[in-house]
Amino acid sequence: MSAPHSATSANGVPTLDVARLREDFPILGQQINGRPLVYLDNAATSQKPVAVIDAIARYYREDNSNVHRGVHALSERATAAYEAARETVRGFLNAASSKEIIFTRGTTEAINLVAQAWGRSTLQPGDEVLITHMEHHSNIVPWQMVCEQTGATLRVAPINERGEVIMDEFERLLGERTKLVAVGHVSNALGTINPVARMIELAHAHEALALVDGAQATPHMVVDVQALGADFYALSGHKMFGPTGIGVLYGREALLDAMPPWQGGGDMIKAVSFEGTLYSDLPYKFEAGTPHIAGGVGLGAAVDYLAGVGREAIAAYEAELLAYTEARLQEVDGLRLIGTAENKAAVASFVLEGVHAHDLGTIVDHHGVAIRAGHHCAMPVMEFFGVAATSRASLAFYNTREEIDALVTALQDAQRIFG
Amino acid sequence: MDLRDLYQDIIVDHNRSPRNFRRIDNATRMAQGYNPLCGDKLVIYITLKDGAISDVSFQGEGCAISTASASLMTEVLKGKTEAEAEALFDNMHRLLTEDAHGVDVDELGKLAALEGVRAYPTRVKCATLCWHTLQAALEEVDEPVTTE
Ligand SMILES: Cc1ncc(COP(=O)(O)O)c(C=O)c1O
Repeated sequence: MSAPHSATSANGVPTLDVARLREDFPILGQQINGRPLVYLDNAATSQKPVAVIDAIARYYREDNSNVHRGVHALSERATAAYEAARETVRGFLNAASSKEIIFTRGTTEAINLVAQAWGRSTLQPGDEVLITHMEHHSNIVPWQMVCEQTGATLRVAPINERGEVIMDEFERLLGERTKLVAVGHVSNALGTINPVARMIELAHAHEALALVDGAQATPHMVVDVQALGADFYALSGHKMFGPTGIGVLYGREALLDAMPPWQGGGDMIKAVSFEGTLYSDLPYKFEAGTPHIAGGVGLGAAVDYLAGVGREAIAAYEAELLAYTEARLQEVDGLRLIGTAENKAAVASFVLEGVHAHDLGTIVDHHGVAIRAGHHCAMPVMEFFGVAATSRASLAFYNTREEIDALVTALQDAQRIFG
Repeated sequence: MDLRDLYQDIIVDHNRSPRNFRRIDNATRMAQGYNPLCGDKLVIYITLKDGAISDVSFQGEGCAISTASASLMTEVLKGKTEAEAEALFDNMHRLLTEDAHGVDVDELGKLAALEGVRAYPTRVKCATLCWHTLQAALEEVDEPVTTE
């Protein structure tokens, strides 16, 4: 473990040494179109620190083998590394047991797992699944699919002009038919932090389960699944400085135990005969086939890295940087922020009068600035705000005020071109 | 590469004031184009008379490249036969995706202003959406077309 990156300021809030932290991310040192890269597309995927890149390389150089199978030394080491990563993730989410940590390809697969393993075996015609209007497509489509399969109904809690769930409406939509509430912790399109603890409490009061899509929360804030009371919590490694192709489904042990398996294959069985199959215990019951071992190892390294930086320090730094970003953006004539919730994290979505989001994306790229233009896999959100696409700057703790200034300069250049 | 090679004055102008941006009520042909990933959407209207395009127009919304491309296309197409329109599309496609050799720049006229798009592979689909939609209109395809 390297020296701590954060210190404590006079008022007790930890501060980050961002200049030093940036050195942990080799990709950030490059030039794009002759200018320093300004990477503001972190909600799409985050960059990877050397600690993660090295952990993956080391695994392949030294330990590569299949897990849970061989009795030879490499297999034991690979298995130990993979299981150590599971334990690291357990600690990260404060889950009660590492049996509750299922490795998946990402958030999308985690949600599909719940929809198919839990939903398909449980939902009946007339039952309801409640989501919100701001969900990512991966927290909409799996529920549409399972509703189609079971005859259950998908209900959608509306949002207001600031991009917040209207809690009275949310509560009104909960009833005895509601079997599951599935909500995003942080919206990737708007940055809204949903009051998930309260939403889970309301779900439970109606004897419904609650799934939280945590893809955009885990890179930015402390998440404690037990304190939240979540029944399921999904995350993606690549959004939190780990590799692509690995993610996690947290599920309460009793629920996971009662659920039928989803995919069948190797690793998820104890014994197979043509008369029948005995399934493995948790978590392996839900991990059919050879897993992304290096991905698990890389995710474990990312969690350790985040702990080293300090998650409270990250949240405090990013809150300040987001406030700066929004203030600077509002200085730009004709710019309208999309998503102005009181409680926000790391995302500034906007439209600029007279400049389409895709033209803006191309122009700011010329300045070395990477932002996202499009519907952000949240088409219902775009429709709600009456726009086809937005531009989105999304932050990580390695971003700086100077980078936000570069974005604003690039936006002004776009206005000059179209002016 | 300078941004001005992509966003030439004529493109900025046609984006700001698109030509033939209207509906043709008695159009003989019509087709829709839609790129769901970017949200670009347009409808092309054509009046065919004696095998030639006597009127052509469009409506919709999209980025500057897709709007200017559609606007320029409608200007250039008036009076052209179906075969001439097809030939123009071929030429345009080559201009946007291959190197400029073998492209008849004279024939393209002001459409050649879109040449800069070639350096931005992700944006080529914006410039070609109107042309694919035109082709669908001429071939009387009912489904919306896409270039994604
Ligand atoms: C809020 C949210 N949910 C789910 C996802 C899907 O994550 P993944 O593509 O890693 O499965 C994303 C990522 O785009 C997201 O932002």
